[in-house]
Amino acid sequence: MSFLILFIIIPVLTSIGIFFSKTHMQVKWTAVIGMSCQLILAGTLIYLFLAARAAGNTAEILFSQDVVWYKNLNIHFFIGVDGVSVAMIGLTSIVIFAGIFASWDVTDLPREFFTSLILLAAGVFGFFISLDLFTLFLFYEIAVIPMYLLIGIWGSGPRHYSAMKLTLMLMGGSALIMLGLLGLYFNSAPNGGPLTFNLIQISKVTIPMAAQRFFFPFLFIGFGVLGALFPFHTWSPDGHASAPTAVSMLHAGVLMKLGGYGCYRVAVFLLPGAAHEMAWIFLILTTIGVVYGAFGAIWQKDLKYINAYSSVSHCALVLFAVLMMNQTAMNGAIMQMISHGIMTALFFALIGMIYGRTHTRYINEMGGLMKVMPFLAVAYVIGGLASLGLPGFSGFVAEMTVFIGSFQHNDVFHRVCTILAASSIVVTAVYILRVVGILLLGKIRNPEFNHISDAKWFDRMSVVTLILGITAIGMAPLWLSDMINNGLVPVMQRILLAGPIIH
Amino acid sequence: MLIMRHELLLIAITVILLLVEIFLPAGKKSRIITPVILLMTAVMILGFIPGPTGTLFGGMYQTSALVIMFKNILNIGALIVIIQSADWLRKPENAEKISEYYILLLSTLIGMQYMVSSGDFLMFYLGLELATIPLAALAAYERFKEKSAEAGVKLIFSSALSSGILLYGLSMVYGTTGTLYFAEVGPAFIGTPLQVLGFIFFFAGMAFKISLVPFHLWTADVYEGAPINITSYLSVVSKGAAAFILTILLFTVFSKIAMLWSNVLYIIIILTITLGNLFAIRQQNLKRFLAFSSIAQAGFILLGMIGQSQYGMATVIYFILIYIFSNLGAFGVVSIISNRTGLENIDDYDGLYRTNPKLAMTMMLSLFSLAGIPPVAGFFGKFFLFAAAANHGLYILVLIAIINTIISLYYYLLVIKAMFLNRSDRAIPKLKSDFYSSLGLIICLVGIFAIGIFSTIFEVINGLSFGLY
Repeated sequence: MSFLILFIIIPVLTSIGIFFSKTHMQVKWTAVIGMSCQLILAGTLIYLFLAARAAGNTAEILFSQDVVWYKNLNIHFFIGVDGVSVAMIGLTSIVIFAGIFASWDVTDLPREFFTSLILLAAGVFGFFISLDLFTLFLFYEIAVIPMYLLIGIWGSGPRHYSAMKLTLMLMGGSALIMLGLLGLYFNSAPNGGPLTFNLIQISKVTIPMAAQRFFFPFLFIGFGVLGALFPFHTWSPDGHASAPTAVSMLHAGVLMKLGGYGCYRVAVFLLPGAAHEMAWIFLILTTIGVVYGAFGAIWQKDLKYINAYSSVSHCALVLFAVLMMNQTAMNGAIMQMISHGIMTALFFALIGMIYGRTHTRYINEMGGLMKVMPFLAVAYVIGGLASLGLPGFSGFVAEMTVFIGSFQHNDVFHRVCTILAASSIVVTAVYILRVVGILLLGKIRNPEFNHISDAKWFDRMSVVTLILGITAIGMAPLWLSDMINNGLVPVMQRILLAGPIIH
Repeated sequence: MLIMRHELLLIAITVILLLVEIFLPAGKKSRIITPVILLMTAVMILGFIPGPTGTLFGGMYQTSALVIMFKNILNIGALIVIIQSADWLRKPENAEKISEYYILLLSTLIGMQYMVSSGDFLMFYLGLELATIPLAALAAYERFKEKSAEAGVKLIFSSALSSGILLYGLSMVYGTTGTLYFAEVGPAFIGTPLQVLGFIFFFAGMAFKISLVPFHLWTADVYEGAPINITSYLSVVSKGAAAFILTILLFTVFSKIAMLWSNVLYIIIILTITLGNLFAIRQQNLKRFLAFSSIAQAGFILLGMIGQSQYGMATVIYFILIYIFSNLGAFGVVSIISNRTGLENIDDYDGLYRTNPKLAMTMMLSLFSLAGIPPVAGFFGKFFLFAAAANHGLYILVLIAIINTIISLYYYLLVIKAMFLNRSDRAIPKLKSDFYSSLGLIICLVGIFAIGIFSTIFEVINGLSFGLY
């Protein structure tokens, strides 16, 4: 039995434990214990993975396990990890751990809140360890559906509208994915033999071009909806703004990465021929997304909207890099997912904490918060600097890798896209610095703010975890990028085989 | 004898009930509820004991392992309905008519069992009528309510009409082939113009029974007017039986004109799913709401029939099984709340989770199962149905169906929104549910989870589907 299954069992057990907890404190501590186990488990996984690779184990998938589930459809419960999924699992466990602490003051139906939150996490973990497309899709939907309750019950603002919009758009995306997966399944054995959902097996065959052309848009757009692909990103600002703190963290930090990961792992990896042909369409869309998201953030006055639009921009950059289809850019895409995941989780956590103290999210109504809540303010500045790509933080490493990778294409189209996308960094700097200036520096405008207190211990716990993540990647990016590169090798081989080598 | 054991057991209960009814003093009728449930449970369990299969009456009656399994599924559905209706029957206004309720219900079940194991069109028609006419009486069971009486009348008229149409079609089948036996009609049914006309009439008649668009117009009114437990029986067991026999007939008797009926199905599926869903969005009354949602679900069932594969057959049965548990779960909650409070509108469910968390949870899981959200069984059922249709390259049809699942998710979420998200000062107070109602819901929940996670059930069904006559 592979220990990877624990990644699903622990959250499920935790949510069952929470469901039977009596008091508010019990609920929270059960959640903390469960997710600490998960964090330790993720740490162990990273260690074991690196150790196995160092020991010379070059298998494509490690710790795999294959159990037949539905025999006559050849559906398996097939789990295993490579470098990329290990990195994503690490990200998820950090964000969910911080998320538990960030939602320490949920008082309305806490049991249900934490149960849904952790079930959502179970779906995400399941998604990242699945190598069978059927279970991958199953976990994808499990991860999406609790959002409806989480935003609808515990959200703020027009929460019913946002929850419905988000759920329907994401499920619409999953409808496209389902069709794409069925298409992959029925074309998974072009030379005869049993049909399969096994991702690794499908990656060994060449799917007929006609089928690739038909199904690639379904898969890419389907996953792209969750990855905030322009113009299917509109659920994101509304959803993030209405969601409660921990949900925004988890959603922007992890769930949107499911989209990017799916595009990379399923759409581009399994249908590389069509990806080469159609990349230009989606490259235009993602370039628009990167620039549009950054400009969108400038105009917003609500902190959460600012961060939501900045997420759209950053996540579009992930898809942008995936579509560049060379090793460096792909590596950058994964790095960007991890970096943005932690960074945006930090932002949302801080926004939640600031809102909890000032009871407003409008930047014009705040000012001089540095004086009253220095800890949170400094954390915000750190997050901001990471977001605009200052060296030493994770954002710099990721964006640098992406743009170096995409500039390796020497044709005009790719260069223009790269330059446009890179220009978004300047815009990012504008809105980040503007917010920092108005929000944290200057005089305190509202006298009531004089009485607010700085971060409590649980706030600090959440923030410190995330900042550690950002700086660890920023200071020593090599171990992470080596691990990712390792996982990218088979993917790149398949992509290069399928299409014209563009350099 | 043993070949027909399912029907005979049910007939035995019915006869016992008739006798007991004579000797039971008035005012004590509610005493038979528990014995009936126990008897029905026994019948359900006995049905699973393996026994002989074969034909009787010179081929008019036939069973196979697949048919027997489907009869067991029908028994399970009927048993859940019987368990769920216990609470409602105890109401004073129904107390005098309890045995009638059971007798009528079991008669329709016997009719369905004969229908699914019929070997010729005569037996098929007899079974169909036996399954339908008592249902009209049941729909009008609460005759002191205007709507219930209306439902009974509408049901009897529309089913008489559809039976007439069906018979007209069958007469053409008989006229052109000279026989009514399925085994003999099949080879002779090569698709001459008159035969095609006969098939169209036959199919229209069946479409009435399964309430496919455009033959669905009776559904909403009847479902709304009939007592809830009858509505759930109509929408689940009765519809399932008709869909099953239709599948068998399409696959065997009409297999030579598969091209033709596949095209008919293609259009009917799109119409049924889309219109059913669009109408469901507008409903406020939960019974009407579930009625339209069940029209859409019937469209999904048809997806498995198109293409005429064994795998498709298996998915149809599997989906019907899941559908029984999911829909009965939803109806069970509606029935408890309606019996205790008389409230049936979606608005009335505002804030239900805060007062009745268990009921709201059950409702949510059932609706998720109907919508096809994992990890509950509906997801597997829908996925396999889509796979069955995609297997024949019908990707456009599958896409339309999948988009429709999103539309359906929207209106299912509306109910979940009312229960979980909305708050209300007039929320339904905390209800103490009785033993049988809870039992019914627990059975449904177990089914909803177990059928998806344990693949054995699907494999058994799939294995049996290869033994289709």
